[in-house]
Amino acid sequence: MADNQKDLYYIKDLPVPETPAAGKEPEPWDKTNIIGKRIPRVDGYERVSGTAVYPADINLPRMLYGAILRCPHPNARIRKVDISVAEKMPGIRSVLTNDNPAAKVKWQWAKGHEGPLFDPHCRFEGEAVAAVAADTPQQARDALHAILVDYEVLPFVIDERQALKSGAAKVHPDGNQVKKDSYSRGDVASGFAAASVIREHEFRTEAELHTPMELHGCVANWDGGSLTIWESSQGVYAVQSKVAATLGLPLSRVRVVGHYLGGGFGSKLQPGKYTIIAALLARQTARPVKLFLSREETFLCVGNRPPANMKIKAGVKQDGTLTALEFIATATGGAYPAGGTSILDWLVRDLYTCPNVRCETTDIFINGGPARPFRAPGHPQCSWALEQIMDELAEAIGMDPVELRLRNVPRVSQGRGGIPYTTTGLEECIRQGAEAFNWAEARQAASRMNQAGGHLKRGVGMGSCVWFVGGGGPPSTVIVKLFADGSVNLNMGASDIGTGTKTVMAMIVAEELGIKPELIQIENADTGTTQYATPSGGSKTVPTEAPTVRSATVEVKRQLLKMAAEDLNEPVDALRFDGEIVVSTRDSSKQVKITDIKQLNKRGVVIGIGYRGPNPEGKSVNPFAAQFCEVEVNTRTGEIRLLRFLGSNESGRVINRLTYDNQVFGGITMGIGMGMTEFRQFDAGQTGKLVNKNWHDYKLPTALDVPLQMTSLPIDLPDPEANNSGAKGLGEPVTIPTAAAIANAVCHATGVRITSTPLNPLQVMSSLANSRRKED
Amino acid sequence: MPENTGEHDCSCGKGLTRRGFLSTAGATTALVAVSGRINVNVAQAAASEITSEDMAKITLDINGRQQRLLVEPRWSLLFVLRDRLGLSGTKVGCERGECGACTVLIDGRPRYACMTLAVEATGRKITTIEGLMNGEQLGQTQQAFLEEDAYQCGYCTPGQIMAAEGLLRINPDPTSEQIATGMSGNLCRCGAYPHIINAVNSAGAKKRN
Repeated sequence: MADNQKDLYYIKDLPVPETPAAGKEPEPWDKTNIIGKRIPRVDGYERVSGTAVYPADINLPRMLYGAILRCPHPNARIRKVDISVAEKMPGIRSVLTNDNPAAKVKWQWAKGHEGPLFDPHCRFEGEAVAAVAADTPQQARDALHAILVDYEVLPFVIDERQALKSGAAKVHPDGNQVKKDSYSRGDVASGFAAASVIREHEFRTEAELHTPMELHGCVANWDGGSLTIWESSQGVYAVQSKVAATLGLPLSRVRVVGHYLGGGFGSKLQPGKYTIIAALLARQTARPVKLFLSREETFLCVGNRPPANMKIKAGVKQDGTLTALEFIATATGGAYPAGGTSILDWLVRDLYTCPNVRCETTDIFINGGPARPFRAPGHPQCSWALEQIMDELAEAIGMDPVELRLRNVPRVSQGRGGIPYTTTGLEECIRQGAEAFNWAEARQAASRMNQAGGHLKRGVGMGSCVWFVGGGGPPSTVIVKLFADGSVNLNMGASDIGTGTKTVMAMIVAEELGIKPELIQIENADTGTTQYATPSGGSKTVPTEAPTVRSATVEVKRQLLKMAAEDLNEPVDALRFDGEIVVSTRDSSKQVKITDIKQLNKRGVVIGIGYRGPNPEGKSVNPFAAQFCEVEVNTRTGEIRLLRFLGSNESGRVINRLTYDNQVFGGITMGIGMGMTEFRQFDAGQTGKLVNKNWHDYKLPTALDVPLQMTSLPIDLPDPEANNSGAKGLGEPVTIPTAAAIANAVCHATGVRITSTPLNPLQVMSSLANSRRKED
Repeated sequence: MPENTGEHDCSCGKGLTRRGFLSTAGATTALVAVSGRINVNVAQAAASEITSEDMAKITLDINGRQQRLLVEPRWSLLFVLRDRLGLSGTKVGCERGECGACTVLIDGRPRYACMTLAVEATGRKITTIEGLMNGEQLGQTQQAFLEEDAYQCGYCTPGQIMAAEGLLRINPDPTSEQIATGMSGNLCRCGAYPHIINAVNSAGAKKRN
């Protein structure tokens, strides 16, 4: 071995964890050497140098550019599509419409909701009508303008609050109610009867649009009957199965590659019609086709967080005991079943101890783009209502909001019939968070300042949460390969959606083998070359993949011990790892350097396969969080300045503190968007079209909209029962309580409770004006 | 500001026929202005083929190299960088000047490449993310972004880095407030802003040392 490779395998003085016997799960790490540290990403170089090739960057020889013509009306039937001008335009290689036999493909929106790919009945603005492939993207767009479509424009309904009224236009023949779900435990009537104080309010959250930075789309290419797709996706296997089912292909004929993606937030868990259209255009032209949506299209047809209308009623005793919660909500997933009310009531069911709960949620069709899961579906909406009503109760009984929440911390998952959580750090999140934030003093200081008068008001607010899942689970398969020189290749199907998955997994391997994380080569997110994984979403990637990676690494160690046993002529169970050597516990003179093991050198590689084991039975694995913020409200302009934010999170073991903090800040930032700047605006009275389908009119938070003082406080509580890594998910709890915490702070500052998002100057001023009017 | 801002050395007045420019640019304008409405005249105008006499012969100075190109007058600098020159480090985010993913330096100043026609960029010094590298070595601003974990998905990152680079060239020691203002033309949907501000601070320190 060359001198400069000497330290390849082993980092000096690093103890290596014991290797469990075959078939046994590894014990939790009691002390870690790499895990928990702040380690920059293993693919950081690619991302900051510009060499990372995102699907939008793929450029193949002979590649054409695809584009989709979209319906400009919220509800219309197509009488005729005339492509005679378009198909003769320069550079146009293919035009597809529903009239073309090659496009006769069924698209399934949801079970029982199947239609043609180019559906002659367009039920939302942005539905696909036709598609072209051309030599340049400009030619493709030109051709779209030359396609003449004769639409029969139909009446529409674009507001779910109007959609169930008689006379409302019907999105589907059976009416506009998708479904109604209800839940109850205990008896809310007697619960309210037992309450000292009851508060009731109606709340609304506006629709929020994902708009990840990389546009949705893909490059598709056929080699004979085999299709390869480079898709901007959170889960290559999910794309593979949908494409194979839609086009009637064996899975082995569809390879999906997605090494990088520029954000998804749930909107890229599945492929879209665009994926199928790109494949069809590529087949028609026998050339690779790149089809990425325009920014405007991503506002129309690739998902949203549904708007929610929530009536919440809550009862509490004078001592802070919650007696009853009632939650009645409507929401819409758009023109097809898309989970409009999915887990919308979960926080009411599960977050705080309450014996009497009743929930009712109604999912409604409108002529709007179908929803897709958006970071913690249902939760930030529910939090907006629940956390504000909690503050109302606290005020009514004269109790501090933090104290009220602490009095109602559950030890079991009430929403799941009372099974225990493996671990819960909810209390620590609230208690330690409040302490680190200096909650009590900040509240008092703000009140003192506000009493002194002036138009700038200070407020301090908080909110807490549980996330519905976050424990991950099977299936997952991972392969770890140890090369003869001691360096490692990690092969897994999971996508790194920007959360740092690759780095976290490299740290797991490094911890278990005692090698340097940066020497680990990672191959991921390719159905042709990596192992099956579910899409990265639901805060489940780390708790799913980390234990699988650990199991695969442990398997490598077991194999190495077996090989060393042959070299040393010792039984396997007498051998253990000691740094860069394997040594016998019976006779320490019997030892071999790992990179000298004969079989390893002969084979050139040792392979360990890991499978994700089951989650603990009869228990629920969930992450918890609390957030605290301080705001300054200008009561003359309605502007809110966020002064500081603190997020305390209990997501089990902290693996990489650097990417962990980044997630926390990112979640808060996204919550600031939902709470303060973002809303989907339809031209409801006239055309029913979306009026703010661009980032100029739909405001995302910028660097100027986040407080310079942001703190992340991890409650590092390894969960030994959850999985062998001790980690739970983080990506979603970090964004759940943000908007509600801001609303509570604004109420603390102004005394006015604002029940609808976003808390922009217009909303704040009109709420302040209304409350002044009431006082007069 | 660069000295020659006033005098546009743009080939749009020279090598182009007026008809060629209007027929190609017209379609693009209509695309932005009209959503869904069919404009048959535009369609027919665009249907005429763009021939080599409608193409503009330009030379772009990109990362210190002279690139001789034949471009359609309506092509954005962004399109030429990514799709004609393979410089895919510059990202496409909105193509309408809202997100900053395509930020490059033009004469040292951060500019949106999607809002700059390639023909407008002649005679200017264009620097892309690839131009910050020293061979395989990261530039100081890139290195700071890596160390501070100033990104998540990484897609807006080249644009963020170019904006930071431009800011630091004008203001080598900005306050955090000045950084937030300087970086506010670049959206990061993942919300890595606190780490981005740390990175720009740290890049400034690296450059000053």
